[in-house]
Amino acid sequence: MDLKTLTFIVVGLSFALYIGIAIWARAGTTKEFYVAGGGVHPIVNGMATGADWMSAASFISMAGLIAFLGYGGSVYLMGWTGGYVLLAVLLAPYLRKFGKFTVPQFIGDRYYSQTARIVAVVCLIFISFTYVAGQMRGVGIVFSRFLEVDITTGLIIGMGLVFFYAVLGGMKGITYTQVAQYIVLIFAYTIPAVFISLQIAGNPLPQLGLGGHTGDMYFLEKLNKTVTDLGFAAYTSGNKSMIDVFCITLALMAGTAGLPHVIVRFFTVPKVHDARLSAGWALVFIAILYTAAPAVGAMARYNLHATVNSAVATGGDVFAPEASIQGETRPEWMKRWEKTGLIKWEDKNGDGRIQYYNEKSKDEAFLAKAAAAGWKGNELGSDKKGKFDGTVDRDIMVLANPEIAGLPNWVIALIAAGGIAAALSTAAGLLLVISSSISHDLLKGVFAKNISEKGELLAGRIAAAVAVGIAGYLGYNPPGFVAQVVAFAFGLACASLFPTIVLGIFSKKMNRGGAIAGMLTGLTFTMAYIVYFKRDVLLGMDKVPDSQWLFGISPEGIGVIGMLLNFAISFIVMKMTTPCPDHIQHLVEGIRYPRGAGTAQSH
Amino acid sequence: MSSPQNFDPKAYWSATLKLLITTLAVWFLVSFGAGILFRDALDNIHLGGYPLGFWFAQQGSIFVFVGLIFWYAGRMDKIDREHDVHED
Repeated sequence: MDLKTLTFIVVGLSFALYIGIAIWARAGTTKEFYVAGGGVHPIVNGMATGADWMSAASFISMAGLIAFLGYGGSVYLMGWTGGYVLLAVLLAPYLRKFGKFTVPQFIGDRYYSQTARIVAVVCLIFISFTYVAGQMRGVGIVFSRFLEVDITTGLIIGMGLVFFYAVLGGMKGITYTQVAQYIVLIFAYTIPAVFISLQIAGNPLPQLGLGGHTGDMYFLEKLNKTVTDLGFAAYTSGNKSMIDVFCITLALMAGTAGLPHVIVRFFTVPKVHDARLSAGWALVFIAILYTAAPAVGAMARYNLHATVNSAVATGGDVFAPEASIQGETRPEWMKRWEKTGLIKWEDKNGDGRIQYYNEKSKDEAFLAKAAAAGWKGNELGSDKKGKFDGTVDRDIMVLANPEIAGLPNWVIALIAAGGIAAALSTAAGLLLVISSSISHDLLKGVFAKNISEKGELLAGRIAAAVAVGIAGYLGYNPPGFVAQVVAFAFGLACASLFPTIVLGIFSKKMNRGGAIAGMLTGLTFTMAYIVYFKRDVLLGMDKVPDSQWLFGISPEGIGVIGMLLNFAISFIVMKMTTPCPDHIQHLVEGIRYPRGAGTAQSH
Repeated sequence: MSSPQNFDPKAYWSATLKLLITTLAVWFLVSFGAGILFRDALDNIHLGGYPLGFWFAQQGSIFVFVGLIFWYAGRMDKIDREHDVHED
């Protein structure tokens, strides 16, 4: 059976499964729509949270990022997992005890202010739409590359599916579909990882294979030698400054803990005790992928070099003319992926062979050797609008990985189904928090307080439908900076929602004025900094040199400074304004111990 | 929300905060400590083929996070019970 038919069958089966679950788990009440009825088992919730959390970026892009960043890629590994520790000890159990449906509702009630609630809704909508646009794009890309339908058709199929189970099933439908999606995506990720680890290190566990032997050398030593021989930085040493690595990691951790679509998952479990455990289970399921990703990245990088330069595997002279692969005999997968533009070969020195190396190396001796061998620039990269770009697209490291490693066709089909599952599950979770913040926080909470349960449920469904439409449009017609604004989502969550929620639980005295001033300061500072340093991609203006970064912190890590400002301003304004009323201080005392936590309530 | 009988909120909260600080100290040490700040020194030690600092940054910290959350949840259950504020 050919690859395309097989991929259609595997993807089609996974869709049938999601639709079946959605019909079985329809939501009949607002409680089912917002928090799945509040009776989800912590392990089930952990699995759903894992699928919700692991997006198209985790599945498709992360291993590739690590492959090219080496040690620098650690910021994503630590940053996107360490946030769960913060969730478990600082947020999840207390928000569960508080027992409401949405994050803005907590902020509005705790700070006795509709203004605070609306500011929180604004933060939430901005963060969530940024994210969801990237997911829809991911769905379209997977469809177009594996199934060879055009990107619009792919998007419409994806939107239709999310529409069906998010609008119909609400949180209940989403939770149970996400469990199925988790299973699909984790198999799709780990099976190629096991194969590639067996091939290279002879160990079926990628987590051990990365630290294992290949031939007579440790694999990581071999990889370090390979990449430095070709002029790249050593894999296990960093290429970012320590303060920047520190800040990006912390911003991603606190950002994770402040993301509304993650927090809301902990409202669905029956007890406070379950909220703590559920954070642990979520991380178990996430860690299965996240500890395999570094091995996938490192081994795919090695395979790519070994494919192009035969001296890599034998340990011979990489500059020998016959070591570089002949363009004519390049492998089939390379030809196939050239059609997508993710990889491109350009014969600069006209020798008919592909030389892949770091032409921008700072090592003069290396560059002299390359020149002596007749190399006239790096010849392997990607296609950027018809022009050769000297960097191979990082997404190819996961998407083409099974082909590079020569794995059977059904594994490749599985990757397509896994990529779609990762994108759909995250998109659905995000769409739900957007719709509930509109129907529950804005309509029911502020503008139409007398709305009936049925009316609110209908409003929630309409809001979800509209959000799917907008997300699809953004996916079809992405603002050129989708990838860039992901930094926004984490930075803003880290600087706005996270500190305000933490203070709401751990400081009884924090008041309305402090919280609003803190949120707005964190939000505007972080947004202004990112826009200023990314104005080349966001606004098409001249780039501001990186040397002007505040304390050497990149826009990805600046949320940390925004968070510190939020804390500082909150306390200063609190001292100057009317103290927090007694009944609110009692409320805070009440959420600090578990007993008496009913299931989540609407008001 | 009425407080349970014989419940000393101050003692409960200080026990909770103590556990919280211990947990976050471990969280900080394995990631920001071993994986970032002291990485260069730790990279001189090897764990199989892994330089130790690199291992903490890409593998070890994640394993510790998982264990840490379950340990924390278990200790919190104990504190809840001791102060008679556990559920059911």
